[in-house]
Order: sequence, then structure tokens, then C-alpha cells
Amino acid sequence: MSGQNGILVKVKDVEKTFRRGSEEIHVLSGLNLEVAEGEFLALMGPSGSGKTTLLNLIGGLDRPTSGSLEVSGERIDQMSGRQLAEWRARHVGFVFQFYNLLPVLTAERNVELPLLLTHLTKAQRRRHVHTALEVVGLSHRARHYPHTLSGGEQQRVGIARAIVTDPTMILADEPTGDLDRKSGDEILSLLQALNREHGKTIIMVTHDPHASARATRTVHLDKGQLSMEAPA
Amino acid sequence: MKLLFLVWSNLKRRKLRTSLTLLSIFVAFLLFGLLCTIENAFTAGVTMAGADRLIVRHKVSLLVSLPMTYGPRMERIPGVVSATHSTWFNGIYQNEPKNFFPSIPVEPEPFLEMYPEYVLPADQKQAWLQTRTGAVIGRQLAERFGWKIGDRVPLTSPIWPRKEEGAWEFDIVGIYDAGKKSTDTSGFFFRYDYFDEARAYGQGEVGWYYVQVENPERADEVARAIDAEFANSPYETKTEPEGAFAQGFIQQVGNIGTILIAILSAVFFTILLVAGNTMAQAVRERTGELGVLKAVGFSDGLVLALVLAESCLLAALGGLTGLGAAWLVTVRGSPVPTMLPVFYLPNEDLLLGVGLVVVLGVVTGIVPAIQAMRLPVAVALRRNA
Ligand SMILES: Nc1ncnc2c1ncn2[C@@H]1O[C@H](COP(=O)(O)OP(=O)(O)OP(=O)(O)O)[C@@H](O)[C@H]1O
Ligand SMILES: [Mg+2]
Repeated sequence: MSGQNGILVKVKDVEKTFRRGSEEIHVLSGLNLEVAEGEFLALMGPSGSGKTTLLNLIGGLDRPTSGSLEVSGERIDQMSGRQLAEWRARHVGFVFQFYNLLPVLTAERNVELPLLLTHLTKAQRRRHVHTALEVVGLSHRARHYPHTLSGGEQQRVGIARAIVTDPTMILADEPTGDLDRKSGDEILSLLQALNREHGKTIIMVTHDPHASARATRTVHLDKGQLSMEAPA
Repeated sequence: MKLLFLVWSNLKRRKLRTSLTLLSIFVAFLLFGLLCTIENAFTAGVTMAGADRLIVRHKVSLLVSLPMTYGPRMERIPGVVSATHSTWFNGIYQNEPKNFFPSIPVEPEPFLEMYPEYVLPADQKQAWLQTRTGAVIGRQLAERFGWKIGDRVPLTSPIWPRKEEGAWEFDIVGIYDAGKKSTDTSGFFFRYDYFDEARAYGQGEVGWYYVQVENPERADEVARAIDAEFANSPYETKTEPEGAFAQGFIQQVGNIGTILIAILSAVFFTILLVAGNTMAQAVRERTGELGVLKAVGFSDGLVLALVLAESCLLAALGGLTGLGAAWLVTVRGSPVPTMLPVFYLPNEDLLLGVGLVVVLGVVTGIVPAIQAMRLPVAVALRRNA
């Protein structure tokens, strides 16, 4: 399992409090978590327990109220907004429950999106896009618009977009939450393959025990704290 | 540049809404171009006016004549280079009141010297000096009636009948062109000596004088000296710069400029609301997508730029085509050459239009753009779920 690899993500004493008017919502309180390189971690927990919140913190989409977050030795909680954006572009690929593809762009244009921030030439970008679409098995749908694709296909485009920059880790928030069992299984197999064959570190939020079974480790989030489980 | 397709795709998202917004911007700028042209047409006399030219008329009215003998007396006043005269003839072609145009008897040589913006070939000028009944007409007038050199044109004047029966007869000996864009080429000029001799009454009288001064900065001083010279005579004078003379003429039509500015302000206010609403909606309905862009690494500044680029593109597509259409309409010439002989869209107004396009793009885009920039990415992404 992951023990022989280095630690990629180090979450230390993280608190996250949201403010809604005068009310304070303590979502995460003193949370600690380490994720090793090459792990496929499943994050489970009841609705509203703060899974998305934690994933956002690890992915540099939000900042903790206190505590520290380290990814490959970099303190992302101390970065400026601009630095964080750059850091995300290089290190993180996001996969969303509702795919979040831009409806006005074709599949290949959607996948190309993160590459527009790089210095790659048009030809290089095209090559990367095609590789990514091939990995998810959708090269034949490159010119299609999202609304002409099935949910499972859209999510595969979403995964292609997440891997096209070859990021350090993939963060997936309920990637199968909106799919039927069969399409969901295909997506999980794809993620598993990315983890096993390409060595991608993956953190996946899920409600589905079926999905967490594919992971190398599962942690449970409840009342702002994590409880460990034996590796699957 | 590689992000331009993203901006473009977003505009295509709601084709109907984008088209309607584009159409209203197009119409607004078309209107802007046309109204500027019309305003310019009305004020052309003022811009055409030379700073070094004065107009001397009877103190009471333009319609009261002055004696011919005043010319040499004016030329003796220090600061005056030359003085020449004109008379309002009010010629009408074929007894048809709508066939009206400025027709004026002048003294050919001094007149052409004083108005270098009327460009007349040397041989035609010679012909004019040799032909007593000769007339020199503007290019636009020539085209309006299809008159050529050598044509004989009969005119009648409700003010100045001939001693003998019948219409006045003129031989077209020259056609002048505009030396400047603002030059009016709808004029009909003929010789004063022929006119004075043949008219039924009023011999030795002229309508008004043009006076050229040495130094435009001292024009006021010279004007006062001229009026002083003829004070307490039976024909007291009123001398003003040519520009002021034309201005007074325009003010009788009403303050065109103010009316046009009021119309254009209303139009632009409306267009600001239309385009502003389009942009605000465009950003609001796209919150989740903006979140995605930020998640994959687009910086806040870049998101701001993308939204601004979209509003500017919208303004530019509608606005520049509108200005272009206005320009196309105006290069075809005046639809009413009788009323507005000078009809073109001045470059300054075109530039002003382009400036307004930029202002429209920035003003309608800046608020949504700042909203999009400030939007926290985690919040934006939640909007989608
Ligand atoms: N921006 C915010 N402002 C206020 N409260 C928030 C904000 N974001 C999240 N919360 C609250 O924090 C808590 C945790 O939310 P979060 O989305 O992380 O839960 P979750 O575990 O992902 O739930 P689910 O399984 O339903 O997706 C919820 O009570 C939510 O209402
Ligand atoms: Mg969630």
C-alpha cells in the first residue's frame, strides 16, 4: 500500500468555520490527515459533514480558518490568491459531481481549457488533449458538445480535463453521484486505472460504499473529525 | 489571443439575446453617425468660415443694400487687405420654387482670391472673365441638374427683375470643386457687372461686403474701424466675422446641436441599460462555469479580463458596424442637397464614435467583471450543485 511512498498531503490541526450572518458554523475542528503519494483515498461521511469543504481546502479552492495544509512540501494555506490559482493549474485536477463542462465548448475544447494557461503551442495542446481523451476512451466524441453526450461520457470528458495537465493529484467530489450503476462503475474503473497504471494520487468523496471499495483506503468524516478505517 | 474563442463562444450562447443586443447597439451607433452628419451639415457654414474674413452688412438688415462705393473706402482702412461684395439674387430654375440654390452675383477676380477653397481651373477662370453672362457653379449643383460647361441656364429672381422682359440667361463657363471637405459646392456665381447693368432697379447697390483682414487676431479691431467709418451715414454698417454671421444664420434654424445631443444622450442611456443587462445576466447565469475556470487555474484578473473582453466585443461588433453603416450612407451624398449641401461624417465624429464604443464596452462590462473577479471559487462551484 501507500506506506512505502512519501507523504504528499499533510493536513494539520485544520479548522474551518463558516459565518452565516451572526451564526458560526464549525465544519472542521482540529482535523489531521496525511495522504501518501500514489494513494487512492475515499472520503466518506454524512451529508453536511464537511467532505466538500475538506476537499476544497486540499485543492486550494478555499483557505482554512486555522491550521496548516502542505502539499509536496508547499504550504498552500499561506499562498496568495494568485499563487494558489497558479498552483492549482500545475498540481490539481478536479472532477465534479455534475461534470461542470462548459456547454458552449466541444469536448476537446473543454479538455483543452487548463492547457490555455500554459505555454504549449497549439499543436502540443492538441496532442495532449487527444492523449487525455484516448485515456478516457472518448477520442471519437472529441467534436461533440456536452449536451449531446451521456452523463457517463460527460464525466469522462471531465476526467480527461482533470488529467490533461498531468497534475500531482486528482480530487473528485462524488464523481459517480449523478450516474447509474453501470456508468458509475466505468468511471470508478477509470479512476482505478489512473491510480494503478499512471500512479496518480486520487482523493475521492463518495457516499457509496461500492465506490469506496475501489479505493486503497477509506476515511470517515463526522462531526468535524476523521475516523480511520482499515485499508480496503 | 487563444482565449478569444472562449469569449466568442460565450457570446454565441444565447444567440437571440446577443443578436437583439447587437441590433440595438448597431442602431444606436448608426443614429449617432447620421445625427453627427446632420449636425455637421447645419454648422458647415461656420466651419467653412475663414477666420480672416469679415462680413459687412447694413446695420438694419441683410436685405437692405449698401452702396458700391463703400468697397474702395473699406480697402483704405488699415488692416484690410481687400473688400469685395455679393448680393442675394435668389434665383429659381424653371419657376419651380424647389429648384432653389444659392445664386449670387460677385466680382470674379477678387471673389476667387478671397475664396481659395473654391477650386476652379485656370482656363475656366479665364472664360469667366471673358464672358459677361458667364456663371461658375459648384460640382454638386452641376450634378443635381446635369449642367455642363457650355449650357445656357435661364433663372428667374423674385427680387431682381430684368429691365427687359423674360428670365435671366447665364452661360455655364466653369465648375468649381471643394478645396476642403467642408466646402459647399452647391453655389451659382455670376458676374455683378452683367447683373447690375441688366436689373430693373438698384443700380450701384450691393447686398453685403466680404472683407479680408491682414491679421485674424485683430479682426475685431478692424470690424470696429469699418463700422466707425460709416457711422452717421445713410447706410450704417454692421461688421462681424464670417463665422459669427453663419452662426447667426444657424440659430434661426434652432439650436440643432443641443437637440441632437439630447436625443443621443437618451439613446445611449437606453443602450447602456440594454447592454449592461445583457452582461449582468451573462455573468449571473454562468457563475458555476466561472468557478470551473478558476478551479482549473484561471486567475481572478484573467476572469475579469474575459468578462470585459466579452462586453467590449459586443460593443465593438454592434458599434463599429453601426458607424460603418452610417459612413456608407453618408458617402453616397446628401439625400436633400437643397437643404443640406455639405453632407459627410467628419473624422472627429467617427473617432468620437469609436471612443463611445470603448466606453460602452467598459461601462457595461466593468461591474459584472468585478463581480466575477471577486467571486470566491468555492462559492461559485457550489452554485452549480
Ligand atoms: N460558503 C459557505 N457558507 C456557509 N456555510 C457553508 C459554506 N460552505 C459550506 N457550508 C456549510 O458547511 C457544512 C459542510 O458543507 P459541505 O458541503 O462541506 O458538506 P458535505 O459533506 O460535502 O455534504 P454533501 O455530502 O451534502 O455534499 C454544511 O452545513 C454547509 O451548509
Ligand atoms: Mg459535498
